[in-house]
Amino acid sequence: MEWFLANSGTVFTLAGQHLVLAVIPMVLGLLVAIPLAQLARRSSTLRAVVLTASSLLYTIPSLALFIILPTVIGTRILDPLNVIVALTIYAVALLVRAALDAFDSVDDDLQQAAVAMGFRPLARFLQIDLPLSLPVMFAGLRVVSVSNISLVSVAALLGIGNLGMLFTSGLQRDFVTEVMVGIIAILILALVMDAILVVLERLLTPWARAAGATPAGPERATRGSAATVEAGA
Amino acid sequence: MSNVFSDTFAWLADPDHWSGSTGIPVRLAEHLQYTGLVMLIAVVIAVPVGLYVGHTGRGRVAVVALAGALRALPTLGLLTLFVLLAGIGLMPPVWALVILTVPPLLAGTYAGISSVDRNVVDAARAMGMTELQVLFRAEFPNALPVMFGGFRTGVLQVIATVSVVAYINLGGLGRYLFDGLVLSDFPQMLGGSLLIAVLAIAVDLVLALIQRLFLVRGAARTPNRGQQATVDLTDPVTAEPVLQGGTS
Repeated sequence: MEWFLANSGTVFTLAGQHLVLAVIPMVLGLLVAIPLAQLARRSSTLRAVVLTASSLLYTIPSLALFIILPTVIGTRILDPLNVIVALTIYAVALLVRAALDAFDSVDDDLQQAAVAMGFRPLARFLQIDLPLSLPVMFAGLRVVSVSNISLVSVAALLGIGNLGMLFTSGLQRDFVTEVMVGIIAILILALVMDAILVVLERLLTPWARAAGATPAGPERATRGSAATVEAGA
Repeated sequence: MSNVFSDTFAWLADPDHWSGSTGIPVRLAEHLQYTGLVMLIAVVIAVPVGLYVGHTGRGRVAVVALAGALRALPTLGLLTLFVLLAGIGLMPPVWALVILTVPPLLAGTYAGISSVDRNVVDAARAMGMTELQVLFRAEFPNALPVMFGGFRTGVLQVIATVSVVAYINLGGLGRYLFDGLVLSDFPQMLGGSLLIAVLAIAVDLVLALIQRLFLVRGAARTPNRGQQATVDLTDPVTAEPVLQGGTS
């Protein structure tokens, strides 16, 4: 605790860097994954290709990817851009699948009703498919958020600034407190991000709170498990 | 950039790097050995607990909480903490890895058992099976594909994380990354990374093949979304094992 108070400035700076490295890939991943998922829904062949490619990419260990990427995209090895690109790749891999599941979870009848009411494809996507797929999409986002925050720390092994630095320097100096502060800081960061996503989901899906009908089912389950995650951590 | 590729290729092709105690075959064997040891311990812990929770439904909340909390735990932090507290050696990192591997296995086992059609379970019970028979003759065989999915995720996660273990003076393919980093020997780092990536993909393919050859039988060959017990996609525990892969 004393160490933390004396070094809180450093810890907060590292936490800021950590957050940037974790959140940007999540947003970029979402922006790539949604159109990709829409594309994959066009044909079953495309769907299989996208799903296979995403699980193949997700198989590559992060430490290896951090090192392979500079050669592929022409950056320097210590460039934080490598981490952002690598984590974006993982985010896309996870989110394409989540987005596919999310769009599949939208009731066919609703989509047909929308078409019958004269919605154009883009309007239907923005006003029907996208909002109704949010609960499943957010479940995917929450997985990405937690795994990104945990993965960013691996980049510290290569000397890229983030909370993982506390682990490498703690190990070198044989200083347990520093490692503990790092672990706790990362857990808090993950928890705060998760809470933000839960609040965001509730704000974006007001109907799920209002209605006790069908959409409330999965929504309630999400909230339940979120509460337990908080209790457990 | 092309000279980096040719240097890396030269590094990989150099016969010196394929023999001796720091050669690629030895490092590969170490990598697989750590992975095997971790998986063995993790399976022994996670599968019985997962079967119990899945069958009785007791402790579901605790499992969900544990899986969620442990997923947020940073791999590197846990490894360094265990080494600082327990000293350098084989077992501290192995236990850290076990802690990280139990949640996906537990979630997979639990999700597998609870995804079995309730009608099947009720029918088994109605035929007069004891609870143990219900578990091992009805639920377990039906849950096996989903459980194996969790196992695959776990194996890949361990293979990925074992490369980090080299940071704390153990062997494995990760050694090339850290030795290369110290010496600024980029071809060695890139070569090691490629080996790790290839190993992960190869192991995943072998596991996929095993899954296809031995596990997908009969009714499971045509998975019908409508007939499965509804899997709640918004539940993080069941949502995660959907993607096969592992990255740490």
